[in-house]
Amino acid sequence: MSANTPAEAAPGPSSNEPNPRGSETRGSTPAIDGAKLVRERRLNNAKKNWALFRSDVPALIGAVVLLFFIVIAIAAPLIAPASMLDVTKQLDVPRYAPPSLDHPLGTDDLGRELWVRILWGARVSILVGVAATVMSMIIGTIMGLAAGHFTGLFGGIIMRIVDFFIVLPSLLLAIVLSSVLERGVFTIVVAIGLTSWASTARIVRSQTLSVESRLYIERARILGAGHSHILFRHLLPAVMPLVLANTTLTVGGAIIAESTLSFLGLGDTSKESWGTILKNSMDVSAATSGYWWYVLTPGVAILLVVLAFTMVGRAFEAIINPALRSR
Amino acid sequence: MSTPTHDPHSGDRPDRGPGTSNPGTDPTNPSPASARGSAATADADPANPANPATADMDEPPAGGSFTRYFLRKLGGAATSMVLVIVLGFFAFRMLPGDPVLKIAKERPMSPAQIAELRSQYGLDKPVIVQFWDYLVGIVTGDLGESYVYRKSVSALIGEYLGPTLLLTATAAVIAIVLGLWLGQISAWRRNSLFDKLASSTSLIFWSVPTFWLGLILLMIFGGTLQWLPTGGMITPGLDPWSPAGIIDVIKHLILPVISLVAVVYAQFLMIMRASLLEEMNEDYLTTARAKGLTEDEVRRRHAVPNALLPTVTVVFLHIGGLIAGAVTVEAVFSWPGLGKLTFEAIRGPDLPLLQGTFVVFSAIIIVMNLAADIVYRFLDPRVRRA
Repeated sequence: MSANTPAEAAPGPSSNEPNPRGSETRGSTPAIDGAKLVRERRLNNAKKNWALFRSDVPALIGAVVLLFFIVIAIAAPLIAPASMLDVTKQLDVPRYAPPSLDHPLGTDDLGRELWVRILWGARVSILVGVAATVMSMIIGTIMGLAAGHFTGLFGGIIMRIVDFFIVLPSLLLAIVLSSVLERGVFTIVVAIGLTSWASTARIVRSQTLSVESRLYIERARILGAGHSHILFRHLLPAVMPLVLANTTLTVGGAIIAESTLSFLGLGDTSKESWGTILKNSMDVSAATSGYWWYVLTPGVAILLVVLAFTMVGRAFEAIINPALRSR
Repeated sequence: MSTPTHDPHSGDRPDRGPGTSNPGTDPTNPSPASARGSAATADADPANPANPATADMDEPPAGGSFTRYFLRKLGGAATSMVLVIVLGFFAFRMLPGDPVLKIAKERPMSPAQIAELRSQYGLDKPVIVQFWDYLVGIVTGDLGESYVYRKSVSALIGEYLGPTLLLTATAAVIAIVLGLWLGQISAWRRNSLFDKLASSTSLIFWSVPTFWLGLILLMIFGGTLQWLPTGGMITPGLDPWSPAGIIDVIKHLILPVISLVAVVYAQFLMIMRASLLEEMNEDYLTTARAKGLTEDEVRRRHAVPNALLPTVTVVFLHIGGLIAGAVTVEAVFSWPGLGKLTFEAIRGPDLPLLQGTFVVFSAIIIVMNLAADIVYRFLDPRVRRA
């Protein structure tokens, strides 16, 4: 990801790079290719950031784990055809078989291989996690920008709404939403996305307020820039890096939220997800009947993916916010 | 920038309530109104003369009487409550899923039965009349009748509220004590083995769903080892107030409480750690050391009290997350509380009951939040000073 600090991302007097356009117009100096300068600077930044990321061992491990899960999620139909999930075709497979060479992760109450279910579950769990996060980031950025930029009654109302969503645990709202809407993967995405944007909005608002007080925004305003120009040309680029770093951290939370909603029976029961597997295991009291593999494996998958997203997200955050590195 | 939360929860976890909540009281950023505030030429918020970067909606104004502050906070809480009530109504009546059609889908019904159900729940009336009935109902404590239990929702909630309060309050106390205690040791011995262990355990607990942790505990201690009961609140037939009954309830309480504590204490630990780290380089600690106090005394008498201030509000805010976590934990351990009731309502689907638990849960959280604001006002002399 491109991790420009706000000052670099935003054009204006506050950026300490020589203004490329300015140097071009000055005919007497040797011609400096402005675009090339910018390209070089970006390349250098990317190199520096990559070096930082590479020196962060947990983040590297996280990236590898993520890559692994994304590959198996995409390749699931190739590795294990969907027929392996069809209960009617598993009649000769033993039920509740503990992990062994024949059944690497054991089988469930209907004779399905758990590794196949985990594989297919990765698709929905990761997809929902990412899609819900994207939705929550978009809403959070819009609300945060609006709350930070607009003053008076409108800003106040937005602030009250953000405040409300911060106070109420989003799981409660997500439960309400997903129980009144049609069951399905899309509903889960909407339920999580619509209810978990408040923390993003809060972060974006703080950043907006701090950028808003800088001189280049004042300059833009004096030059006659309207709300939309300031919002989209100045504020949005300044908050974007922060939002992107936050995205990675939020995916983990969204994956856990998905598993929680599926566990409560609000998910799409016709599709595999890690939460659904845990719900099935709970329905047959696997925990108290000694079918440990049935409970353990989906949870470990969630743990690994969430941990991986968190590690990568923290590395991104550290790259964007140098103040964190010292800790 | 208000996210120097190097801790795992800077991304909000939907089932755990707000992340490190408001930067105004953010332990990692406790600097009050700073000089940079003057740079905010067109700062939006007259109530916020503070640094625009760190100030947030709930930052109390530097001056102002307590009554004004209290009324403002009360107004905020009331607005949230109104929003909850309105949302509670419109989510359940206005969204595309017609509740009666949804019930009809789950179990076979004739059109006549559907019509009867509609009139029974007042769904055949105009929306505005329904809304009025709903408002009157809320004011008079009537939340409708449960589809599944065939009992009044208020009565059901009254019956199940006690166990939830017992569970969440116990978990909250333990999580706060444990989290704050481990957090201060972690910060004091920064980068030691203890600190690293504490931080990584927190991270792992943060990365698993609460209910899964519950299932694992249930599996180990309830299933395999059979040390503790696997569900419910008390063995049937025991008098809860007899000594044997109390011990029995405590036994039932252990596993659900551990599940809830495990995921929440980690956040308290990180908040306390960050907050104490802020204090570590302060001059007054050098003074205290120069006076000849031992390291322990410096920590206990000087650093910790100051670090506690910003922590308190954040801790209160996380109680909301605890209550949300109770939904799944109670489902796993069949704990007869509001969470279990919510779980049953989802399975129904029992929309009036779900609406009722939503409104009551939200009300509890809003009240806790208001309490946090008021407690903070009393604890922090800088805010109290009128």
